[in-house]
Order: sequence, then C-alpha cells, then structure tokens
Amino acid sequence: MTREKVELPPFQALIDAHWRDVARLARAMAGPVDGDDAAQRAWEKAYAAYPTLTSAKNLRSWLLTITARCATDVHRARKPQRPLEEAPPVAVEGPDAAVWPDPDLWRAVNELPERQRFAVTLKYVGDLDHHGVAAALDTTPAASRRLVSDALATLRSKLGVDDD
Amino acid sequence: MTDLESRLTRLAMPDPKPPVLPDADVAYTLHDTPIGTMLLAVAHGRVVASSFGDEETMTTRLARAVSPRVLRQTRPLDDVRRQLDEYLAGSRHTFDLEVDLALATPFQRLVLTDLPTHTSYGATTTYGTVAADIEKPKAARAVGTALGANPVCVVLPCHRVVGANGALTGYAGGLDAKRFLLNLEAKS
Repeated sequence: MTREKVELPPFQALIDAHWRDVARLARAMAGPVDGDDAAQRAWEKAYAAYPTLTSAKNLRSWLLTITARCATDVHRARKPQRPLEEAPPVAVEGPDAAVWPDPDLWRAVNELPERQRFAVTLKYVGDLDHHGVAAALDTTPAASRRLVSDALATLRSKLGVDDD
Repeated sequence: MTDLESRLTRLAMPDPKPPVLPDADVAYTLHDTPIGTMLLAVAHGRVVASSFGDEETMTTRLARAVSPRVLRQTRPLDDVRRQLDEYLAGSRHTFDLEVDLALATPFQRLVLTDLPTHTSYGATTTYGTVAADIEKPKAARAVGTALGANPVCVVLPCHRVVGANGALTGYAGGLDAKRFLLNLEAKS
C-alpha cells in the first residue's frame, strides 16, 4: 500500500508564523538562558522530521509539542549539576528584571514545580487545550487540567492576586 | 479568562532568536533587480525558480513539487544572484548554471529545455519558429503559453521569443521588463 502524499506548507511558512511562540514557550519552560537552546533544538528536530509527517493539520501543536520535549530535555539535563541544597532545586534562572517585561510573573512561573510550570506555560503561553497539554506531557487531559489548576492557585498565592 | 490567565497569555520577552537551520532542500531568496523583485530558488545546486511570482505562491509550488523543506536562505543563492546581476548589467551573455524544471509541465519542459539553443543573445525568434524547432509546428499558441509560465525566467531566455509580427506580446515580469531585456541584449 502506498502512502498518500501529504501536501505540507513550505517549512519557512511555519518558521515565520510560529518562531516567536516556540521561543516564548521554550524560555518559559527551560528558563531565559537555556530556552533559546531548547528552541533551536526543537526547530532542528522539526526540520528533520518534517518530510515524513502524515498530516498537515495542527502543525502549531506539533511544533509546540516538540518544543516542550526539547525544553524538558534541556531542563532535566541541567538539574544534576545543581547542588542539592540549592532551593528550589528545579527552578530555572529568573529573568533580569531590568530587561524582561512582567518579571514578577516570570519569577513566579519559574519557581513552580516542574510539571505545573510545563502545564501552565503550554496552556497559556502555547495556547494549547488540555488535550494538547496532555499530549506534550505524556499524561491525561484530566491530569493536565489538575496541573494547570494547581499552578494557577500557586501563582495567585505567590503574586497576591485574587481574581477568581 | 481571569486577569492572571490574561497576564500569562501576554507573557512577553525581549528579543527571541530566530532558528538557524542547515542548508535547505529548497533555498530561496527575494532579489531586487532592474526588472523587478525576483524569487530565486535552488534545489540540490540547481536553479528551480527565477520568477516574478509572489513568495507564497512560489514557495507553495516548490514545497509541492520538490520538497516541503523550503527555507529563505541567501547564501546558497550567491552564485545565481551574482550571475543574474552581471547579466542584467550587460557584462554576462550566458549563464553557467544548471537548471531543474521541477515546476514545469511536460510540455513546458519540451519547450524550455532547449530554449537557449533555439535562441541566441541579442536576437529574437518567434513562437512559430520554436514550435517548428520542437517538431510541433501547429503548437505556436501552446508554446506561447508555456513560455509565459516559464518558472526560470531570464536564465532560460523566454524574453527572446516574440510574435510573428515582431510584437513583444506577454511576459511574466511585464512588457517593460521584456523590453528592458531585449534592449540590453541589443546594446551589448
């Protein structure tokens, strides 16, 4: 059986449309420094796999899922290098308040437990639904919904906002 | 959506970096010339497009016909741009480039492949003559259509083909571009 040829848009169209989203998600997940490395790796992986895709639907979700996995890899590869007594052990470097807009929010997001941070950034920075978040994190939509909900509760508490 | 959720969706950052990728299966660039902006593309070292078509249309055609890994990259086009600039300045009369007619139909390939041998620098020929050269003497109109959709303009010199009465007729880059090219060749 021969596979029907999938008509994929030019890869440059994906870059033009989504490179800022990929960079933003990678930085939110892996931190301001390693996020750029994660984004670059994500594009390399996507470029290598692109001709073998079997569908041209949901290309943005596909890219963001790759980005989430690269950000996770970068983040986890770095963790053992941190001293155990450093607190919090999974937090990434915080953004420079002088350069980054909304540094309080960045710092609060970066201090979330890893799974919560990944879930909340995929949901709001990546604009993925719970199915997309679950696919990126290899979990269920119900679990991703819980992670996001817990993350929002923690952020409200840290930032002192009460907007329910 | 709550205020916190809105803040999260707007989480901004300074200057993210665009990706850097290896040489593309199809590399293209937009190149400004005296006859207008041209989209130049190479695949595996061969010219697949030197066209006046718009970027989205042309890159979509290239993705379909050659490979979806189409990237805007200038460096692989350096030689094509240099030769085209030299040609349009009158200092070059022939191109030293390999051409791939991946975007052409089978009939266009028949017409375009030997076009440089059916024409010569500084001279014009007619649609009917080209039709006779490819042993399709009744296909002058089809030859005109095939040349009008030439995906490798200037490099494959469809501008040298005119109507039987000498009229310039059509050109993908416009009649002013065709006139510029013929005047350039006549002067050199």
